[in-house]
Amino acid sequence: MSVEIQTPSGEVKTTHPAADLPPAVEEADSTLPFLQWPAVGSLFLWMIVPLGMTIYFSFIRYNLMNPELTGFAKADNFKYLWEDPAFFPAILNTVILLGSVLVITVVVGVLLAVLYDHRFFGRNVATLLVIAPFFVMPTVSALVWKNMILHPVYGLIALALHSVGLPAIDWFGDHPMFSVILIVSWEWMPFAFLILFTSIKSLDLEQQEAASIDGATGMQMFFRITLPHLSRAIGVVVMIETIFLLSIFAEIYTTTSGGPGTATTNLAYLVYSLGLQQFDIGIASAGGLLAVILANVVAFFLVRLLSNNLKAAR
Amino acid sequence: MSSHSFWYASSPTISKPLANVEDSRLKTWLIGIAGWLIALIVFFPIFWIAITAFKTEQGAYSPDLIFKPTLESFREVFARSNYKAYLLNSIYVSLGSTLLCFLIAIPAAYRMAFFPTPKTAGTLVWMMSTKMMPAVGVLLPVYLLFRTAGLLDSVWGLIFIYTLLNLPIAVWMTFTYFCEVPGAILEAARVDGASLMGELRDVLAPMSLPGISSTALLLIILSWNEAFWSINLTSAKAAPLTVFIASYSSPEGLFWAKLSAASLLAVAPIMVMGWLSQKQLVSGLTFGAVK
Amino acid sequence: MIKRLLPIAFLTGCLLSASSAFAQKTVTIAAVNNPQMIELKKLSSKFETENPDIKLNWVIVEENVLRQRVTTDLTTGSGQFDLVFIGIYEAPIFAKRGFLKEISNLPAAFDVDDVFKSLRDGASYQGKLYAMPFYGESCMTMYRKDLFDAKGLTMADKPTYEDIKKAADTLTDKSKGMYGITLRGKPGWGENMAFIDALAISMGCTWFDMQWKATLDTPEWRKTLNYYVDIMKKDGPPGATTNGFNENLTLFASGKAAIWIDSTAGAGTLFDKSQSQVADKVAFAQAPVGVAPNGGNWLWSWDFAIPKASKNPDAAQKFAAWACSKEYIKMVADDTGWATVPPGTRKSLYDNEAYTKVAPFAKVTLAAMAAADPNNPTVKPVPYTGLQYVGIPEFQSIGTTVGQNIAGVLAGSSTVEQALKASEAAANRAVKQGGYQK
Repeated sequence: MSVEIQTPSGEVKTTHPAADLPPAVEEADSTLPFLQWPAVGSLFLWMIVPLGMTIYFSFIRYNLMNPELTGFAKADNFKYLWEDPAFFPAILNTVILLGSVLVITVVVGVLLAVLYDHRFFGRNVATLLVIAPFFVMPTVSALVWKNMILHPVYGLIALALHSVGLPAIDWFGDHPMFSVILIVSWEWMPFAFLILFTSIKSLDLEQQEAASIDGATGMQMFFRITLPHLSRAIGVVVMIETIFLLSIFAEIYTTTSGGPGTATTNLAYLVYSLGLQQFDIGIASAGGLLAVILANVVAFFLVRLLSNNLKAAR
Repeated sequence: MSSHSFWYASSPTISKPLANVEDSRLKTWLIGIAGWLIALIVFFPIFWIAITAFKTEQGAYSPDLIFKPTLESFREVFARSNYKAYLLNSIYVSLGSTLLCFLIAIPAAYRMAFFPTPKTAGTLVWMMSTKMMPAVGVLLPVYLLFRTAGLLDSVWGLIFIYTLLNLPIAVWMTFTYFCEVPGAILEAARVDGASLMGELRDVLAPMSLPGISSTALLLIILSWNEAFWSINLTSAKAAPLTVFIASYSSPEGLFWAKLSAASLLAVAPIMVMGWLSQKQLVSGLTFGAVK
Repeated sequence: MIKRLLPIAFLTGCLLSASSAFAQKTVTIAAVNNPQMIELKKLSSKFETENPDIKLNWVIVEENVLRQRVTTDLTTGSGQFDLVFIGIYEAPIFAKRGFLKEISNLPAAFDVDDVFKSLRDGASYQGKLYAMPFYGESCMTMYRKDLFDAKGLTMADKPTYEDIKKAADTLTDKSKGMYGITLRGKPGWGENMAFIDALAISMGCTWFDMQWKATLDTPEWRKTLNYYVDIMKKDGPPGATTNGFNENLTLFASGKAAIWIDSTAGAGTLFDKSQSQVADKVAFAQAPVGVAPNGGNWLWSWDFAIPKASKNPDAAQKFAAWACSKEYIKMVADDTGWATVPPGTRKSLYDNEAYTKVAPFAKVTLAAMAAADPNNPTVKPVPYTGLQYVGIPEFQSIGTTVGQNIAGVLAGSSTVEQALKASEAAANRAVKQGGYQK
């Protein structure tokens, strides 16, 4: 009784051999579905109750500060959001931020993993230092980068530039998106590195030996053996980072407040500024719904991309 | 059947890469220098927090590396806020939510890994998709529910929220670890007449313990650093360290030394714990697929 | 054995019953993380000693988070807080919606008439008081006396914006990291817009006309923004778009800026040697003027208010009255000196020589508070009240959007004309949605 299931990565695989064991299946048949119920049920409630309320709120007039506004709003909340001049920049910024951070963290992560695959003095300590940013709370990292490092007057970079006679750079004014990407990448690169580093350690020795006997250069070995080997780990990094990066908020809030103009407003920040600054729950809910939809669109493409990537790797 | 599928563990391999054997002396030196340089650059902001925490507020503005260390900022932080209370709440909430999460996730993962149905993969993806709901969009519904249930400013309320937030990750990771357990071992146990509980306790638990403990570590880190819900749903009794940090994040005047001291106090426990268990963390984060 | 244990059991029993008879009332306070609050929290242990039946719980967060927490708590009637810290902008809006308890039966010693009338009016709705001002602020010019002297410059008691521009141009020396002026640039209705509103009013601008049509795309606003952007680009520090009140206070306190036009509440910190490197070099003048005689002023106060859903309103009011009292001001003076007491709420403070002697900004603050009139904010008649804000709930979003647009101009990503056009459209949209514009 081998059942084929479709994984999210698009692969068809057979079920685990354990499923073929008849005795336990018979014994546990009646209790089996119950095992899954708490998880499925609680997540279903978690999804459906707030989401249901969000859908409801998105179609009514509901402003906490102005209770006189009531009644069915038709599609007004969505229209209001759609017409907001920040709406399209926000979607674009969300995608740019996500894409850039993914590329940076994966590329840097891979290169670092290859570098750290070699033995050198104090490698274990150096590894600890590299993964440290992953443990820092987002607000704290944003504050430190903003005030102590990038600040154009007393930031360390400005002081360094000053000492060689160069003018300070106004990072958050002139290159706001770059600065946010820099901070977020700093936070997530260790995560990517950690996964890729462990993955690279399991690279098959025999494969490498065979390749080097065939006369493959370092570059060729990297592209033919190392990179394909890492593709599954890269998939894991991309999947988890995407979930968290789509709703990046604290870093933007702390550093640029979404500006200047709309330069760093992403969807999460837009929903915050429309909904929680003027307490218009109708609009916030409409924005929340749109964010859910965007997340699912991205997830859909991501899953496709990953499955292609994985197929090519084998 | 593909043993290299995304969901399955790769077969164990020799962990010593070839490169190490052939490195020449010079190359080792160059690689060491590059590796350390990058490590120091990446770590620098954290190093700077640690340094600034021991400076005076006046001295925090200068980039001096040589200064007279003082505990002034720490004294002030301890005088101003009850660090212990925040720390305890952080510990209760992260441990509590992680335990509860496993209580729900392990049976589900067991069922999904060993008795999959055609719907199993879809269920897993659906679970992951619940994590994509933006928190800012659903704050008010959740706030209203919490008010009605009397869960505002309670440790239990936060434990529930974090359990729900982390449950998809917990189920998914545990599922992957269970998939790694060879079917033959379970079969042997059943032939010996083990019950379902016995099978879980005597065979499955010991074999997937490393995986579960590393999942636990990841969940604890995620709960520890979660700031949106903790700041909005707690006030005094149940406030964890993220709320403690929020009270230092933009005071007026000279505040860097105090902020640094507070940050160091908030980050240090989790970082030390992370470092101590780095090995478990590594195999956990990778879903066991790349150990 | 049992005999030996009996007294202990008896004692324990006594203690238990004593503690239950002595049931403490808990007052949970939501407050902002500024120096005045930190000091209040420190001194509040005296209140707890005097009132052993009341226990205080503090929730101290930054301003935006506070606003978010308080608004969700009040509007959903959750009763998380017994005492909340709100601004003069919110007080009448919340009072109108019935979210707050009226403040009444204040003890005679509180001397409510001693509190500035403009602040009492601001915290009242339909003649009833709904909040107690803890400290008040207006706007003034802070400058570095030493730098002015070195260049032979003088500052008038009531400078004009042209004077400020000239002085800032002279004092700027970017190669030495000295910036002639620093002003708020961080987008937000309570950040850059607070200053820009004050500047705009003094240039003769309004937000809306009597029909609630936005009046942002006008020559007055263009003049305002051109002045602001010119002076900031020429004499301001880099990174101005991330500088709010706190960041500017830090810049000025660390000696990087020569002139700063901002809240009078910053003066105490600048004058405090432990928090400022320029304590002995700073001097104060009134807010600059443009075409409107009193234009440059603003009026703000942070007040204590009691939510309707508070579980211990009486205990909460007792503490608030203690915190806003004359005695509390004296207590702060004894603890950290007169210069750091909560300013701007009580006339008696400004009659007190002990204060005026050590706080050179006292006279300027008093004059600014007296000149500010939120009920008649602009040169032209308008349908709203408020100096550095428009007293409608929708202003939080309008102000933030306009603030974003202006920050875009300051960063050089758009022009003054584009920003004002977009701002006018946004303002019209918001008041239309709120049902003001017919």
